[in-house]
Amino acid sequence: MDDWTTLGYLASAVLFILGLKRLSRPRTAVRGNQFGATGMLIAIVVTLTDNAILGFEWIIAGLVLGTAVGAVLAVRVQMTAMPELVALFNGFGGGASVLVAAASYIEAADLATDTPRLSAAAGLAALIGAVTFTGSLIAFGKLQETLKWSGFKGMQVVSVAGVAAAVVFGVLMVADAGNPLWIWLMVAVAAVLGMLVVSPIGGADMPVVIALLNSLSGMAAVAAGFVLDNSLLIIAGSLVGASGLILTQIMCVAMNRSLLAVMFSPAPSGAGGPSADDVYAGKVRSTSPDDVAMLLEAAERVAIVPGYGLAVAQAQHAVRDLARRLEDRGTQVVFGIHPVAGRMPGHMNVLLAEAEIGYEQLIEMDDINPTFEQTDVTIVLGANDVVNPIARTDPDSPIAGMPILDVDKSGVVVVIKRSLSPGFAGIPNPLFAADNSMMLFGDGREAVVSVTKALQQI
Amino acid sequence: MDLLIAVTLFALAVFLGVELITKVPPTLHTPLMSGSNAISGITIVGALVAAGADHSTFTAVLGFAAVTLAMINVVGGFLVTHRMLGMFGPKRRRGDSAEDRAASSAEGAGDR
Repeated sequence: MDDWTTLGYLASAVLFILGLKRLSRPRTAVRGNQFGATGMLIAIVVTLTDNAILGFEWIIAGLVLGTAVGAVLAVRVQMTAMPELVALFNGFGGGASVLVAAASYIEAADLATDTPRLSAAAGLAALIGAVTFTGSLIAFGKLQETLKWSGFKGMQVVSVAGVAAAVVFGVLMVADAGNPLWIWLMVAVAAVLGMLVVSPIGGADMPVVIALLNSLSGMAAVAAGFVLDNSLLIIAGSLVGASGLILTQIMCVAMNRSLLAVMFSPAPSGAGGPSADDVYAGKVRSTSPDDVAMLLEAAERVAIVPGYGLAVAQAQHAVRDLARRLEDRGTQVVFGIHPVAGRMPGHMNVLLAEAEIGYEQLIEMDDINPTFEQTDVTIVLGANDVVNPIARTDPDSPIAGMPILDVDKSGVVVVIKRSLSPGFAGIPNPLFAADNSMMLFGDGREAVVSVTKALQQI
Repeated sequence: MDLLIAVTLFALAVFLGVELITKVPPTLHTPLMSGSNAISGITIVGALVAAGADHSTFTAVLGFAAVTLAMINVVGGFLVTHRMLGMFGPKRRRGDSAEDRAASSAEGAGDR
């Protein structure tokens, strides 16, 4: 690697840093992403002009194929499927790091240029990368809901054995570096581990998994950087690793669950606590679109609290139309977004932005909570556990202590929902039976459309 | 590169990453994730060297597969981030003309 290459890598590292910095504000984010892409282009061009590259046919084939597939996926994806796509891309990044580490390790073994450091780093890259690869594919299947498998009994024992095997293969990779078999055994055991770790996790915990896999894909690049002795891989991979870790932590705090709890004691059960009959019996009031329209007509401030159910019902555009109709009448409309409202961090914001709802109207949980008391009507659409007041009141509840949106403090709460079925936590929601609540039963999109129509006729 | 220098780079970059990302508002978490995801495709650099090193056909094929996977990650990641951020542009709010309104709702219908 000559000095020009090193300087080029420095330039792209700086562009990555500036790009991430600009991604932190909506006004500069587009430019930030362009900075990142430019940094990547520089890194690729600089590498292609490096002396170490002798043949170009495989490179060109890979670049063309990868560009075509990546572009098609990026242009075609629906915004609701964004978590799946990001999971898939995370997996591909991890898989690429595995292959890079394997190629370097085998080449070093053939040429007898291996060092303990190279072997150890290759072992780490193979481990992290393969876990990321298969873990992401499982997450992809779970998000698409094509994969229902959630593991088998005694899986944790197998996982522990897998970790032990990985350590053994790692040691063998260093001690017996001339033998390429060890790295493939490492890849195989890591691939199984990735599947075992991710498969029991589901539903509301997915945002944590996506964020964690994001972090791991960066760490796999760091490990590959140690294999290749490449500063750019180390810097860029660390930035991504740190970013994924922070998002993981934000998601865990938003659910009041530790990362270990998400990974090893999935699916809090609704066992114990009051039964649905006790909570709901005789107290649930059902309402009609016309009545809701009357309420909205008289309201000065309306808050809309969307959950993933909104995306499932494809109700984003219907909600946008309702919000615009209300604003035309002089009503203030805001959206209260819980951090885990979607299937990945910030997902709900993207879904609403796609429906052309301005980001100034999307209010974070901590900012909107103090304002519910001054809110006349709150519409809860497709959200359940994140508005369950039991999180504040019942210390024995599976969601005890989880930060929630305090919608019950607003004047009237209208809950649009198909039935009284529980959310992911499997517990009844006293909000539905509260004195100031009413249920508008039905499909989310159709209900919102009916309310909007009724509002027009007033 | 000296191992200690590499470890120093790693530690500093992690701290820098934490500083940068802590300031990102939740609104932008998804684009941030897909954008940083694209950056993790930096493994492309190692993949290019593996595919072009002319060591053996086997390592070249490994390199080719790595280039393909990393390039999907890079191109797809930056493109989809760009697409998403386009939706976050400043919105014309109240008082926008009826024409604007009609145009935007037509687009909205097409997107679905």
